[in-house]
Amino acid sequence: MSSDLSDLYQQVILDHNRRPRNRGKLPTANRSAHGDNPSCGDQCDVYIRLDGNKIDDISFDGSGCAISMASASLMTTQLKGRTAEEAARLYEQFHEIVTTGKEPEEISDLGAFAGVHAFPARIKCATLSWHAALNALSGDPAPATTESHTD
Amino acid sequence: MPSNWDRIRDEFPALHQQVNGHPLVYLDNAATTQKPRAVISALDRFYERDNSNVHRGLHALSMRATDAYEGARARVARFVNAAAPEEIIFTRGTTESINLVAASWGGANLAKGDAILLTEMEHHSNLVPWQLVAQRTGATLRFVPVTGDDGLLDLSPLDRLLTPEVKVFAFTHVSNTLGTINPVAELCARARRVGAVTVVDAAQSIGHMPVDVRAMGCDFLAFSGHKMAGVTGIGALYGRRALLESMPPWQAGGGMISNVDFLESRWKPPPERFEAGTPNFGDAVALGAACDFLDSLGRESIRRHDGALAQTAYERLAALPGIRLIGPRGERGGLVSFAFRDIHAHDVVTFADEDGIALRGGHHCNQPLMKKLGLTSTARASFYVYNEEREIDALVASMRRTLKFFGPAA
Repeated sequence: MSSDLSDLYQQVILDHNRRPRNRGKLPTANRSAHGDNPSCGDQCDVYIRLDGNKIDDISFDGSGCAISMASASLMTTQLKGRTAEEAARLYEQFHEIVTTGKEPEEISDLGAFAGVHAFPARIKCATLSWHAALNALSGDPAPATTESHTD
Repeated sequence: MPSNWDRIRDEFPALHQQVNGHPLVYLDNAATTQKPRAVISALDRFYERDNSNVHRGLHALSMRATDAYEGARARVARFVNAAAPEEIIFTRGTTESINLVAASWGGANLAKGDAILLTEMEHHSNLVPWQLVAQRTGATLRFVPVTGDDGLLDLSPLDRLLTPEVKVFAFTHVSNTLGTINPVAELCARARRVGAVTVVDAAQSIGHMPVDVRAMGCDFLAFSGHKMAGVTGIGALYGRRALLESMPPWQAGGGMISNVDFLESRWKPPPERFEAGTPNFGDAVALGAACDFLDSLGRESIRRHDGALAQTAYERLAALPGIRLIGPRGERGGLVSFAFRDIHAHDVVTFADEDGIALRGGHHCNQPLMKKLGLTSTARASFYVYNEEREIDALVASMRRTLKFFGPAA
């Protein structure tokens, strides 16, 4: 297996794909958003219980490739307990990681997605759930779609 | 097989390359086929020697270009056994051909109370244009169901569906997702009995098997050049002459009018009526060369070759653990569609690419069918004249590696 491909399918990603965390509808959610990637049919719903400005709980559901499902799963573990502003900053870091391949300075599981940058067609897979989460937080009623973002 | 098959791979320059360190195994032919030298050089020759606008100039090059363009029309007419070249309208491809019928014939002939009959296995390009015309005219949509994973049309409710309200029955010859070959002649005959016009989507059959519009008994037939060894950007609509003559234009501009005044204009007869603006004559000439190339191989031979590879692939893949194959097990068009229980099609396709194998993964522009089958995506291997059985070996070996990688954690 080439190093590019083993970088893409890191153990962290395979683990989240096999055993997704926080998967399923969150009954207590007060925010939710749907995301879809029309070019490949991937779908992702994100459910958030927002307490004031804090993400009290978060879950996702959907269908897609290992990259998109692992990204959604990992995202939920990263966002729980954060504020909406922290979530937006974390997404910026994540976006930097998947588009440039630069590992983050602070140690984070998000670095597992650095290998995505070598597969430009898969960047949308990695960012789909994040777009849905940010839409849920901003209360944007429109479904997040990868087509409206430059990545 | 005829001798033209002997060195067939030499005719396709794009096949001879390495991808990710492996010889390319191109199995994405249902999306687009590779092009033979004969087609590429026909395109070169036209632009290097004859290029000029058609039907306009009185000079030598324009006359040559017009002859080449109209020659290609006659060649395509012969290829599908149309009664006359005037029954062939050049379009950008299958999608535009179907949109032409839906907009022009549909707009003029459909009204509230009418029904449009489709099948559940239609590509979006033979579904969405009908949805649009239904919204515009008030006609309703009906669907012939698909049986299930074996991917056949369930014809048992056809009498109930095909009532006199049905003004048009549009269906695919070969499913791009299932590989099913539909009984076109029977469906056309049934439609005729209630006076419905028939539209056949031949995108997946035109380059793979004999296609004879008069044997089928269809009214319209739509196809693309790039799926039959031709170049992109050109395709055709066959239409029965009497129907074409009764239809209004759908796009307007130069080349399609016989007389223009400030307030109104009169249209040329078909096919010009439906070819507004400068047509894509260069690619049409290359499409004519593609017809020659395929006929030199023999379309019955191509059907046997592609069908045999697809059946072999089906049987070999069926032996893999956790795999679900959709479409008929026996006779099928030249493609196989499959899904693994725990591995998404895009991961399958990414791993195959690593081995130099080009597959398609996704919903194949067939979302309603995929939903009905409870699938979000499949991987698809599709074959053409240059594919060989050893490439199925490579495909199966690659799938085994993928299964091992994603297999249950130790």
